[in-house]
Amino acid sequence: MSAPMISLESLTSRRPLDQLPVTAKSSGCTSSSCDVSTKPVDMDQAIWAKIKNHPCYSEEAHHYFARMHVAVAPACNIQCNYCNRKYDCANESRPGVVSEKLTPDQALRKVIAVANEVPQLSVLGVAGPGDACYDWKKTKETFKRIAGEIHDIKLCISTNGLALPDRVAELVDMNVDHVTITINMVDPEIGAKIYPWIFHHNRRYTGVEGARILHERQMLALEMLTARGILTKVNSVMIPGINDEHLIEVNKSVKQRGAFLHNVMPLISNPAHGTYYGLTGQRGPRAVELKALQDRLEGGAKLMRHCRQCRADAVGLLGDDRGQEFTLDKIPGEITYDPHKRETYREVVARERGDHATAKSEALEIVKAAGDGSFKVAVATKGGGRINEHFGHAREFQIYEASPKGITYVAHHKIEQYCLGGVGEEATLDGIIAALDGVDVVLCAKIGEFPKNRLMEAGVRATDAYGYDYIETAIGALYADKFGAEPQAATA
Amino acid sequence: MAFRIIASQCTQCGACEFECPSGAIRFKGEAYVIDPEKCTECKGSFETQQCAEVCPVPKTCVAAAAAI
Repeated sequence: MSAPMISLESLTSRRPLDQLPVTAKSSGCTSSSCDVSTKPVDMDQAIWAKIKNHPCYSEEAHHYFARMHVAVAPACNIQCNYCNRKYDCANESRPGVVSEKLTPDQALRKVIAVANEVPQLSVLGVAGPGDACYDWKKTKETFKRIAGEIHDIKLCISTNGLALPDRVAELVDMNVDHVTITINMVDPEIGAKIYPWIFHHNRRYTGVEGARILHERQMLALEMLTARGILTKVNSVMIPGINDEHLIEVNKSVKQRGAFLHNVMPLISNPAHGTYYGLTGQRGPRAVELKALQDRLEGGAKLMRHCRQCRADAVGLLGDDRGQEFTLDKIPGEITYDPHKRETYREVVARERGDHATAKSEALEIVKAAGDGSFKVAVATKGGGRINEHFGHAREFQIYEASPKGITYVAHHKIEQYCLGGVGEEATLDGIIAALDGVDVVLCAKIGEFPKNRLMEAGVRATDAYGYDYIETAIGALYADKFGAEPQAATA
Repeated sequence: MAFRIIASQCTQCGACEFECPSGAIRFKGEAYVIDPEKCTECKGSFETQQCAEVCPVPKTCVAAAAAI
């Protein structure tokens, strides 16, 4: 029996069907073991079952699945030096920023609107502004109502951890099996430089005393979650000169207590944001400093490298925020959930992922068989694990590194979109070239002669020869080309 | 005596509303407001005024006299 072939593009793209490019070549996947074959070899099956559709917890899943955050819990119980509670902005993409706060009822309508339109949606989170566990009534009400309508949606929260120990039992009850705690220190002396105050048991605590309470509550919460089998990710903000070295200690401590993933994020510090750090001139880390720290943490708690530091009301795939399409004024007062698109998408993805896993392992064989060398590749993609974005339309590049050790995802570099309204901006191109520093090859679905030549002059080869192929397939072929082994068509 | 919220500074986070032991705070227009009739300044309940203690913006939830 052959299932009707539905193009992944038709579901993920916002362009009309007749403007879509030809579907990628694919060997198809008839095996029912697709799911299993995408599981990383060193991962427990039970954990994989929990994270395989979660874009933030699984690097592999982030190509296929989307999350959305609803800003229903604006009240917070701590003050962080990197946060300014007065700041709202439509054009900024960073944590804590939100355009509209929602009541649980509005959140329900918004989630249904998104679920009907964005088939990749798999996860609903409450992630600020404010703290989901402190402003708990609204978080709980929101989760209950949404889980009642959309049964398969995964619920998750992001929290500072202070009120978290009081909520663990209810989180378990509500099937919330992903929690992110922001832990920036395990030493209250360092904590005092990050948190001016906390509000706990009806009073404000400042300085080391406040930081110590926060630290103790965070560790307790992490232990409680681990004991109950709730997957916990730890977010840490890397603040140069304050906790950068210390994060090595943090990584060890949280791994010891069962944290599943550690996400070290760069401090975002801009005077215009009006945060304490922004105003005092505390700088954020440079990309190389962040990567150097992440590299030093290898071998500790597993690191997350695909984080986009998204808005607290982000919607869609990581790196492609569609929040502005779903503001309250665009959502009808009465709305009914239609599971059709999400169900169809899941069937397509199950096939694609199996196919992608096969392509990946074939590419890996090629890389391992080739000579000794390493290179860096920048990919323009809009999801699905494929090279499917035009150079001029890309707003970020995903950076991969290939060496005999394998093909690994390193980071993403945000760029200004080169092509706006069909015209390329030369000044923008200079910025893109700067962002591609250290990259050997750029892979995209399409690129014009002019930017291609300009990149070549800067020592970067750009090609659309692998357009719509899987990312790893293309990297494998390029690697074999460059380092000696016979090129093979991995998806043939 | 009562406390009041400087509306132009308020971020509408609502923390004060659910910390208030007297039910004196509610959302009105663009900000939370404190009903002076109901506000007890937390006397008999807490040592400090909960609204001011939890407010994230300095000098936004203040003693009514000081705000004039």
